[in-house]
Amino acid sequence: MEKPLTQHIVPGRKPLSLKEYEKVGGYQSVRKVLQDMAPAEVQALVKDANLRGRGGAGFNTGLKWSFVPMGPEAATPKYLVANADEMEPGTFKDRLLLEGNPHQLIEGMIVAAYAIQASISYVFLRWAYKLAAQEITQAIHEAYKAGYLGKNILGTGFSLEMHLHTGVGRYMCGEETALLNALEGKRANPRAKPPFPQVSGLFGKPTIVNNVETLCNLPHIINNGAEWFRKLGLTEDAGTKLYGVSGRVKKPGCWELPMGTTIREILEDYAGGMQDGYLFKGLLPGGASTDFLVEEHLDLPMDYGAIQAAGSRMGTGTMIILDDQTCPVGFVHNLQHFFAQESCGFCTPCREGLPWVEKILLAIDKGEGKPEHLLTLDFHTKYLGPGNTFCALAPGAMEPLQSALKYFREDFERHIHEHHCPWSKSKAWQPSI
Amino acid sequence: MLTAEEKHRIDHEISLVPARKNAGIEALKIVQQSHGWVSDESLQDVAEYVGMSTAELDSVATFYNLIFRRPVGRHVILLCDSISCYVMGYEGLRDHLYNTLQIQYGQTTADGRFTLLPNCCLGTCDCAPALMIDNDLYRNLTVEQLDEILSKYT
Ligand SMILES: Cc1cc2nc3c(=O)[nH]c(=O)nc-3n(C[C@H](O)[C@H](O)[C@H](O)COP(=O)(O)O)c2cc1C
Ligand code: SF4
Ligand code: FES
Repeated sequence: MEKPLTQHIVPGRKPLSLKEYEKVGGYQSVRKVLQDMAPAEVQALVKDANLRGRGGAGFNTGLKWSFVPMGPEAATPKYLVANADEMEPGTFKDRLLLEGNPHQLIEGMIVAAYAIQASISYVFLRWAYKLAAQEITQAIHEAYKAGYLGKNILGTGFSLEMHLHTGVGRYMCGEETALLNALEGKRANPRAKPPFPQVSGLFGKPTIVNNVETLCNLPHIINNGAEWFRKLGLTEDAGTKLYGVSGRVKKPGCWELPMGTTIREILEDYAGGMQDGYLFKGLLPGGASTDFLVEEHLDLPMDYGAIQAAGSRMGTGTMIILDDQTCPVGFVHNLQHFFAQESCGFCTPCREGLPWVEKILLAIDKGEGKPEHLLTLDFHTKYLGPGNTFCALAPGAMEPLQSALKYFREDFERHIHEHHCPWSKSKAWQPSI
Repeated sequence: MLTAEEKHRIDHEISLVPARKNAGIEALKIVQQSHGWVSDESLQDVAEYVGMSTAELDSVATFYNLIFRRPVGRHVILLCDSISCYVMGYEGLRDHLYNTLQIQYGQTTADGRFTLLPNCCLGTCDCAPALMIDNDLYRNLTVEQLDEILSKYT
């Protein structure tokens, strides 16, 4: 099985140095695009490879790039940003790439920057990733010294600066327009679109924000071609995917597998199945902001289309498992606490609605719930849903809630009717707010 | 008063951005690195230096979870309270920290050694539960390991 993204990552070992990375073919894609390809050709190849953004939304990467103004008339400088914020609970895949092979990311960023003719690039890294910060700093330094970054790269006339920017902690910084505000030294509120960042982004200039895993795929697509990449996937979605599992499974972890591997295979063959004494109850397929899937969905392929058809989203591909000994109300309450805390407060439905949802869930969790509470939760899932708030944070927060109300409604009702948590041996979760 | 070294580092950040105020957050980070937190006085100094009003800079400072606008202890414990750590029982760690340190979230021990804060997902959910002390990450934690870990920090 081909594992282009993780082939050179050895857990517990230092990542490849530039010299070692070059020995295994590193930076060949940079030579190829800079010397033999026009930016438009790079864009077309990546579009043709059907690389879809791995940051959650799954938009075609080449197509996204094609909205950047090109040619001598286009505004300068243009920017490329690697989104390495990764703060969504349950999501831990980019960390592997950042700590394991920083040169692969840098190489991907040079390819992307060339494709849109950006001259300045940033790695926007979350604060908690200390080891990644060290490794990336070192790798950027090596890449400058070897002439892959800086002025007139490999004598081709193309120049690219790269900076590491570490955040100061806020989930919103992962949202691409909020990220740009954070980089500009402002509050990380999202921006109105249009104008889209591709046209007016960082400091008002054309900007592309791409996820780390997305960018790490680029060298391999350039080296091996679009068809090779498409064939890596088992279904209509192309490439490999970093899938992860956390929760009460025997071997939680993160693995690179062909796109479209079934959930059951990931859960059983890789994560080793449930821990002894625990039964599977449900899962969030791709981070905290995706809808629950249950037993009947286990044989679905993990790809964008199949998971969406089942009423959820593949998101980041990192699953969180709900077991039979964890209270579903407590589980959802924990998620809503996170979203309420991290709401940027910019628009009213989200700022007011999420704390309301959290309070209701706390009441139900404690056995103080009332039947009408479920209706209030139902209407929140509607009024905080897509189209009613300024950005996707609140609709994302509603995904696990609405699906929990659908699949685990009985558990919510039991809390209300029995006036206590049926799981109360593990006591109700109480955030200190 | 910003020290010469702080000014020097802030100047470098300013040189990377179109306008001085774009370096506001970076300047706060620099000040926090040397003092552990951002006092009203430091905030005022930074605001003046980067050409923002104090209120404007404070609105930025208070937006971010890891800019501290109140004094913290010599070591900051960030306990992950997000979903995978919840499933894997982080509450046991929290209760043990409450009991041994005699503080709750947001508080600092009487001897100024530790401040305890809840933190969202540390991105190591496959090794939950997890916490960070200063720059050190601890994963796959059990309550039994906590005392020994704490004893490393004086
Ligand atoms: C609240 C919120 C948080 C997000 N956090 C991240 C993140 O940490 N990393 C990421 O790559 N994308 C994140 N996204 C998605 C980005 O907005 C954006 O779609 C993505 O970075 C684009 O990259 P891609 O096209 O390569 O997927 C987030 C979106 C929202 C609404
Ligand atoms: S939905 Fe929430 S996070 Fe998004 S802009 Fe509105 S308040 Fe901010
Ligand atoms: S939920 Fe605790 S590290 Fe991710």
